[in-house]
Amino acid sequence: MEKFSIEGTPKTPTINFDMASGFLEIKGRSIPENSIEFYKPLVDSLEKYATSPKTATNVNIQLEYFNTSSSKCILDVFKKLEAIHKGGSAVTINWHYEEDDEDMLEAGEDYQAIINVPFKMVQVEE
Amino acid sequence: MMLDLFDFYDKMERNNILLSFKGDITSELLTSILQIMESKMDNMQEEPKTKRKVYNVLVECLQNLYHHMDDAAADTGEKHRSAIFMIGKIDNKYNVITGNYILNENVSGLKSRLDEVNALTKEELKDYYKQVLNNGEMSLKGGGGLGMIDIARKTGEKLGYNFMAIDEKLSFFSLNIKISQQ
Repeated sequence: MEKFSIEGTPKTPTINFDMASGFLEIKGRSIPENSIEFYKPLVDSLEKYATSPKTATNVNIQLEYFNTSSSKCILDVFKKLEAIHKGGSAVTINWHYEEDDEDMLEAGEDYQAIINVPFKMVQVEE
Repeated sequence: MMLDLFDFYDKMERNNILLSFKGDITSELLTSILQIMESKMDNMQEEPKTKRKVYNVLVECLQNLYHHMDDAAADTGEKHRSAIFMIGKIDNKYNVITGNYILNENVSGLKSRLDEVNALTKEELKDYYKQVLNNGEMSLKGGGGLGMIDIARKTGEKLGYNFMAIDEKLSFFSLNIKISQQ
């Protein structure tokens, strides 16, 4: 098992995926023009991880901004996690939002309504 | 030309334009515009809520321009690979205005999509967003038709738009988004 990491930029988030401990985090801004290209390596690693996942998989999402082009890719990531959850690894998605950012909270609730994985809404102070 | 310049300046001044640009929209330009607007709003001591909404709308509007620049130019030449963008603030409302060429054949499709979004209530927009998000379709450019729904949802305002016929091939599409100070 390996680690998969991407350093953040002003338009793309930091991604850390430690497959040995079953921990994935995505944080920062996700506003690339080409989000499919950006998220493909993560989707690929999740597919690899899905073949022998840990008993629990913890996911932290802490995004400041994301564009609508990223929103479909984030859904793809969550669909992979849903398959991993179905396959027997207990997945939890911790969706972080700043305390007065109702739009970000609502965005998390949208995913929660679509994806069959336990979500935790985590409020963070500004 | 020089004679018109003051008139130009005066109009921008009266509309309190904070930033404007005309030309080819590149990825680097988007990064710069977003950085400039972020620091301007910091200097204006805008509330974080307002900053976030304006930033989100800017990203969607500018990326729309970026992704659709080629559509009209591919058919009618490089001259049309150009767009205009302005952001101003009047009476506690931000105005994001964009303009770009569009092929006449695409006008009715875009118009009906905008009308569809404008006819929906807040709750209906939420459901429509989830439906489009989850429909599995993804344009090559990744937009997937969510941009306008997202803007309408986050601003709570109708999307202002206009199409002006230029010639037998092209029209000029302008979009006006209002964002209330939170």
